[in-house]
Amino acid sequence: MIKPEKLKFTGYRRPDGRFGIRNHVVILPVDDISNAAAEGVARLIKGTMVLSHPYGRLQFGEDFDLTMSTLAGAGRNPNVAAVIVICIEPEWADLIVKEIAKTGKPVAGFAIERSGDLKTIEAAARKAKEFVQYATELQREPFGVKQLCMSTKCGESDTTSGLAANPTVGRSFERLLAGGATLMFGETTELTGGEDIVAARCIKPADRKKFQAMFDDYQKLIESQGVDLLGSQPTKGNIRGGLTTIEEKAMGNIQKIGRSNITSVLKPAEEPKKPGLHFMDSSSAAAEMVTLCAAAGSVVHFFPTGQGNVIGNPIVPVIKLSGNPLTVKTMSEHIDVDLTGILRMEMNLDQAADAALKCLEQTIRGRFTAAEALRHDEFVLTKLYRSA
Amino acid sequence: MKHGILLHEHDDDVGVAVVDLKKGAVVGALTLEGKAAGKVTLRDKVPLGHKVAMRDLPKDKTVIKYGRQIGKAVQAIGKGGHVHTHNLKSMRWAI
Repeated sequence: MIKPEKLKFTGYRRPDGRFGIRNHVVILPVDDISNAAAEGVARLIKGTMVLSHPYGRLQFGEDFDLTMSTLAGAGRNPNVAAVIVICIEPEWADLIVKEIAKTGKPVAGFAIERSGDLKTIEAAARKAKEFVQYATELQREPFGVKQLCMSTKCGESDTTSGLAANPTVGRSFERLLAGGATLMFGETTELTGGEDIVAARCIKPADRKKFQAMFDDYQKLIESQGVDLLGSQPTKGNIRGGLTTIEEKAMGNIQKIGRSNITSVLKPAEEPKKPGLHFMDSSSAAAEMVTLCAAAGSVVHFFPTGQGNVIGNPIVPVIKLSGNPLTVKTMSEHIDVDLTGILRMEMNLDQAADAALKCLEQTIRGRFTAAEALRHDEFVLTKLYRSA
Repeated sequence: MKHGILLHEHDDDVGVAVVDLKKGAVVGALTLEGKAAGKVTLRDKVPLGHKVAMRDLPKDKTVIKYGRQIGKAVQAIGKGGHVHTHNLKSMRWAI
């Protein structure tokens, strides 16, 4: 049985002491209309990566705060070595730059107003070249499970998810937790039917209340729209794979945390403050959820799938695990860990967790996941309500 | 492979087909720990990943999987029958 303490992780130690497993130089547009300039910089300078997105203008209140904390969090993520921030207006660029600068990593902001795209691109590209040269000089060094921050979320689940891939993550998480890692999970609506289990696992009564309030809020939001989620939860893919009700889906979902207890309850995109298993209030849409985990500092992600969700993330390597023989056969290029042996009773959960942890070690040491190789780099902001 | 159905808990009302199961086939069920959980004769064709009734389930019965309620039978389901959206409904939201 593989103990995570024995795994040989290597990564990049950032100035704030956190470890990253990738070494990106990010060009970060703060709003939709700054995508063009940001993409211009990324095209000019080798080794940079642009995180284009469609939001950031005329948002307000909690929705605005979440966009800002997700963008700043993406820049703060330890997998990112340095960041160029580009915005139409200087004020919002400064806000993001200040948040990222708190980590001590190199960051610089550029505003397009009173310069235009071309001058902005030139100035930002000169800085990006410096940052790439800084980043490419950094070396990997060994680190331990106590310095690991990672996340999980499942997608295109089916009944095999609950039997194989999700409990494999649960078993792996139990070992990682015992080793002192920082772990995150979420998917608020997809806990419907198993929310009492999650609530009961919260160690502190205050967190139990906080979780219950987040869960109730989502249920109220659904009711306020005058609809139910029965048409979208379970999804068409879930139903095709044999899942019938949200309660059944939730029970499968919860297998991902194994028998672990919950250390804290986080707002969307909030960074966990200490080791343990943390619940994050989040959508169950794959790309939104993984983007929120990236913003909260996760450096690698376990993504169990039944029917074969193909999601990736530009900052966080996403490891796909599946126990569905049809998916593993027909979508083999997307699957990192084949768990079909569980259904054949040729592999038990401890052996499956060994396979997952072995793949985790390889990924952390630099081996590309299937999603990375296939250029799956979905960066998707969670929009809470319409803009002004 | 001697089994065609896996159960989360020994006493669950439904098991999961781990291969495509043919109507009329006699199929053995195991728990995830490998404990035998009886045999059923398939009343319907049940594709990989779909659920099979492990006992007769009368209309309105709460259906148990993972040792938990996952919904309610909206029509009677015979042992060995295909259990899915046509005969099992959520007890949350709309109901």
